[in-house]
Amino acid sequence: MSLEFSLLITVILISAVLGCLNGGVAYLILVERKISAWVQDRVGPNRAFYGILQPICDGVKLLLKEEMIPKYVDKLFFIIAPAIALITAFMALAVVPFGPTSPSPILVDYRQNSPAYKLAVWPSTQVEYDAVMIADRNHASENKSVSFEDQVKNYNSHIQFVLAPHVDIGILMVFAIGSLGVYGVILGGWSSNNKYSLLGSLRSSAQLISYEIPLGLSVLGVVLVTGSLNLERIIQHQVDHGWNVLFQPLAMVLFGTSIFAECNRLPFDLPESEQELVGGYHTEYSSMKFALFLFGEYTHMITTSFLMMAVFFGGWHLPFITDPNDFSIFGIALKFAIAAGKTIGFIIFYMLIRWTILRFRFDQLMHLAWKIMLPISLASFTILVFVIHFKPIGQESIWLMCPISLAILLGSGFIGLRISKPSAASTKTMVPYLGHGAGYSVQQNSKIRFESLGR
Amino acid sequence: MKAEEISWVKSPEFGVMDQIFLPAIFTGMVTTLTHMGNTLFNSKDVVTQQFPEQRPTLPANYRGVHRLNRDDEGRVKCVACYMCSTACPAHCIDIVAAPSPWPDREKYPEVFVIDELRCIYCGMCEQACPVDAIELTTLYDLTGHSREEMIFNKEKLLSVFDKTVAMGTDPVRTTHGRLGVASEPASRGVTGSSSMQT
Repeated sequence: MSLEFSLLITVILISAVLGCLNGGVAYLILVERKISAWVQDRVGPNRAFYGILQPICDGVKLLLKEEMIPKYVDKLFFIIAPAIALITAFMALAVVPFGPTSPSPILVDYRQNSPAYKLAVWPSTQVEYDAVMIADRNHASENKSVSFEDQVKNYNSHIQFVLAPHVDIGILMVFAIGSLGVYGVILGGWSSNNKYSLLGSLRSSAQLISYEIPLGLSVLGVVLVTGSLNLERIIQHQVDHGWNVLFQPLAMVLFGTSIFAECNRLPFDLPESEQELVGGYHTEYSSMKFALFLFGEYTHMITTSFLMMAVFFGGWHLPFITDPNDFSIFGIALKFAIAAGKTIGFIIFYMLIRWTILRFRFDQLMHLAWKIMLPISLASFTILVFVIHFKPIGQESIWLMCPISLAILLGSGFIGLRISKPSAASTKTMVPYLGHGAGYSVQQNSKIRFESLGR
Repeated sequence: MKAEEISWVKSPEFGVMDQIFLPAIFTGMVTTLTHMGNTLFNSKDVVTQQFPEQRPTLPANYRGVHRLNRDDEGRVKCVACYMCSTACPAHCIDIVAAPSPWPDREKYPEVFVIDELRCIYCGMCEQACPVDAIELTTLYDLTGHSREEMIFNKEKLLSVFDKTVAMGTDPVRTTHGRLGVASEPASRGVTGSSSMQT
C-alpha cells in the first residue's frame, strides 16, 4: 500500500501544462503590451486580427530571424545560458499546484501509547511496516475514523493537479530551482563579453541574492503555521483555517515585493533596465535565444503568481463556493477556474505595478532589501514564533498576527521617519539657484583646479 | 542676483504614510487604473494615431523628401548654379550643368541627383537656392527596396513636385512665404531682365 504514481497521468499533465504555459507566456506578452498601452492612453497592438494573432506573428518572427552569435563571445556559455534560464523556470513549476489538490495522507504510528507521533520516515522493514499498519487499523476501528489504507485509496482515486504530487520539500524546491535561474542570467551576461551585459548580470546576481532572504523569511512564517513545506498541505491548512493572507498580511506584502525582485519586474528591473544598460544581460542575444530568455522570465512570473495564490490566497479555495470533497467534473472545473482567476489577477497586478512605481536606483534597491525588508520580516517572524508557541489568547492566537503586522508596518514607518529626517546642518548648506554655472565656486582648499579656464 | 529675489523651496515633508510606501503605491495604482479605464471606456482619451489609415497633417515647413520645382512653362526651374551642392553638409547633391536650351538662362542641370539615403534633411539646399528651385516637401514615408532606388534623379524629383502640387501640400517658400527675387516669372520679375542679357 503506497501512494501511486501514474506515468500516463503525469505525462498528460506535463504536456498539457507545458503546452498551456507556452501559449500562456506568448499571450502574456500580448496582455502586457495591451495593459501598458491602456495605462499610457494608447491602443496597443491591434493589427493581426485585432492583436489576437500578434503572439503567433512574434513567435514566427523570432524563429525565422537571423541567429547572431558575435565573434567575441564565449560560445559554450552563450548557448547554454538561455537554456538554463528556461529549464530552471520550467522545473520550478513542477511542485506548484495549479488546480484542485488534496494533501497525501499521513501515516501515524500508533504502536506507542500516548502521545501518538507522526512518522517522519517510512517504516524501513516490511515487519515494521506491517506492525504500523495493524496498529493504524486497530486505532481506526476503535475511533471510527478512516484508516490509513482507506485514506490512501481515496487519495489515489483523484487526480492531483500538480506535476509532482506529494513532494514534501515542496516550496523549498521551488526556491532552490528558481534561484538557479540566476545562473542563466549571469552566464548570459558574462559570456557576452560586453560591459552592459556584464553590468546587468552583476546587478541581477546581487539583487536576487539579496531578495532571497526576505522571500524565504516571509514564507517561513506560513511554513511554521502549516507545519509542512508541502504546497498541497499548505493549501489544505488554509482550507481548514482560513487564508494565510488574513493572518500574515505583512508577510504577503514582503513575499510579493520579493517575487517582484526575483522576476526582475519593473520596480526592480535593474538587470535589464533598457534606459541604462541597452538591454542588460540579453543585449547580445537575438532570435530564439532572446525569446528563450523572455520565456524563462514570463514562466518565472507565472510560477510566482501560482505560488502567491497557493501560499497566501488559499489556492483553489474560495469560502462557501468550493467544496474540498467535491471531485465531480464540475467541482474540479470550478476549482480550476478559481485558481486560474487568482493567478491571472496577480499577473495583471504585476503588470499594473510596472506602470505605477518607478525603477529603484541600485543603492535604494539594496537599502530596501537589507535595511527595510530584512528587519521587518525578521521581526514579524520572531513575533509569530512567540505567538504560535505561547498562544496568548488561546487556540485562535494566530489572529493576533493581523494587528501585529499592521503595528510592525507602522512602527517601521516611524523608525524610518526618525532615521531619514534631514538634520538642520544639511538644510543650511543648500545652495540657491543663481543661473547656470553661477553657483559654482572653486573652494580655496580644493584639490581640483580649473586650469583650462585660464586660457 | 539679489537675496530677496531668491525663493527658497523646501522638499515636501515625509509623513509616516509616505514612509511605509504602501498608501503611496495604492494612490499610484488609482492613477494607473484611472488611465486604463479612461482608455478602455472613453476612447476619445486615446492618443494613438492609426498610421497608415490616419495620416498626420504636418506643418508646411516640415523637411521631408526634396522636390525640384517647375516654372510656369513646366521647365525645371534650376539654373545649375551649384549653390545647393556647395551648401550641402552631407554632399548628397550631384549636378552636371549643361548650356540651357532656353533663351532666358545660361545653364540648366543635365543631371540632378540627390542621394536620399545620404541626405540629413537639414534644408540648407533650400536656403541656398537663389531661384527657389529645390524645396523640401512634407512627404515623410520614403521607402525603397534597394539603395539605387533611393538615389533620386531629376525626373523623379520633378515628379515629386507634380505629386505635391496635385496633393495641394506645397511647402513654405524659404523667404517668409514669398518667392526669391531671382525666381519670379520672366514676365513679372528680374529673371526676365537677366535673360535679356543672354
